[in-house]
Amino acid sequence: MDIPLSQKVEKLAPSGIREFFDLVLGMKDIISLGVGEPDFVSPWHIREKAIESLKEGATSYTSNKGLLELRQEISRFLVDRHHLEYDPQEQILITVGVSEGLDLAFRAILNPGDKVLIHEPCYVSYAPVVDLAGGIPVMLQTTVENGFKLTATQISKACVPGVKALMINYPCNPTGASYSRQELLAIAQAVKKHNLLVVSDEVYDELTYDFDHTPLASLKGMKDQVIYLNGFSKGYAMTGFRIGWACGHPKIIGAMTKIHQYTMLCAPITGQMAAQEALRNGVKSVQEMKREYNRRRRFIVEALNSLGLTCHMPEGAFYVFPSIKKTGLSSMDFAKKLLHQEKVALVPGTAFGESCEGYVRISYASSYDNLKEAIVRIKRFLKK
Amino acid sequence: MDEILEALSNDARLTAKEIAKLTGKTEETVKKAIQHYEKNGTIVKYKTVLHQDLVSTKPLVRALIEINVSPEKDVGFDHIAEMIYRFPEVTSCFLVSGTYDLLIVVEGETIQTVSNFIASKLASMENVRRTTTHFLLKKYKEDGHVFKQTEKTKRLNISY
Repeated sequence: MDIPLSQKVEKLAPSGIREFFDLVLGMKDIISLGVGEPDFVSPWHIREKAIESLKEGATSYTSNKGLLELRQEISRFLVDRHHLEYDPQEQILITVGVSEGLDLAFRAILNPGDKVLIHEPCYVSYAPVVDLAGGIPVMLQTTVENGFKLTATQISKACVPGVKALMINYPCNPTGASYSRQELLAIAQAVKKHNLLVVSDEVYDELTYDFDHTPLASLKGMKDQVIYLNGFSKGYAMTGFRIGWACGHPKIIGAMTKIHQYTMLCAPITGQMAAQEALRNGVKSVQEMKREYNRRRRFIVEALNSLGLTCHMPEGAFYVFPSIKKTGLSSMDFAKKLLHQEKVALVPGTAFGESCEGYVRISYASSYDNLKEAIVRIKRFLKK
Repeated sequence: MDEILEALSNDARLTAKEIAKLTGKTEETVKKAIQHYEKNGTIVKYKTVLHQDLVSTKPLVRALIEINVSPEKDVGFDHIAEMIYRFPEVTSCFLVSGTYDLLIVVEGETIQTVSNFIASKLASMENVRRTTTHFLLKKYKEDGHVFKQTEKTKRLNISY
């Protein structure tokens, strides 16, 4: 039977990458530098809290917006860390990871045909989520010369009628690029000038190495325009708990909550309990993991550059985005050959946008020994 | 802790060149720092942590022994402590607060050898008033290392 699916879903990019992913997923004994999550297990005290909450019988729904105690904890944390104030009752929503936050944000703000500016390279879900919400993604190519960062000029130039929002992610998956306060001020000015809403995915904020992370929403006059998304997955190594948060104008958070209550009801309670513990006592664990990532970052950037795979120093996250142009191979061919010949997996740049041909994403969320061995193998591969 | 010391405590085999890459310092700076730490005694020595149970078919027997001693005039506990820690059977020796004075770790090939050491050498010392011996039955964690199948995330090989 020919099953008639939604045309929108049928048209969603099928991603030629899927095939490659299936290939990698089916292989054994490989060194994978293709993983988009921490190699650390969630810190023990966080796991313990989750176990305890289950023992105590916390197995119910929570309020749609999430446990008030967790929202209060987030509110306090943001004031302490960034002088950023959100009312836990009206301006904070607990989501199932930042992924759900993104979906809610775009569905809450977009009308059919509204355009959203998105930087490229970028995480794979932004354009499809905008598309599903009825919007039109407009990709803005960033370049290695600019450290893969958007500029205010670029944003201003792209602001034709119909552009309603900007999607920004920093530190960025897949490039690791991030913005200093100064750079954000310039972007904020462009955002103000063109009266854009901003969806800001800052889930890698804890993993910023060269300067302090500044939330876009914390800049003067930006709070009402920014939907600030964050979560526990990356910094606290809690990907499987699926807990994120969205902060913003009460009207936007209200609209997002409306969708969330009909589609998700609430984020899982065990994850919310664990997240509270993470905020209360997790600072030390985050710092330890960050120091380890930083060591690996320095190692991998130096090693790749010395192999002639030019690689800029990323400011955050746990990815590097080296150029493989000198091999003459396409990103996909490079990734496939490296996988077959040397059993090293990475992600072809083209997964993150059409303009990313000639690049690959390497995740250094892998042990130092693994990284060292991978470099030996890549070196051997390049010599062939 | 200094980044160089942190790296070395984790893996003593790291070369100065590797540490330089990991910490973003020059090789020269790292070499100098290590020399400095070796010289002033911050770095005591480089050793290998063995999983004793796997080293030989006959693992060593270890015992923790609490010792009550009578301190001596002028030298306090130091003299008697030295008399005790000089025995090669004693692998660690601490002066502690609480209901006893010295806590030592003793290693031997069998329970018998450790018992003999206590009876013939330790308990018979003039200033040793009382000993309480605890033979170790199972090792869960030592020097920060958990002796259990290491925890690993069950991650997918690849993900965005």
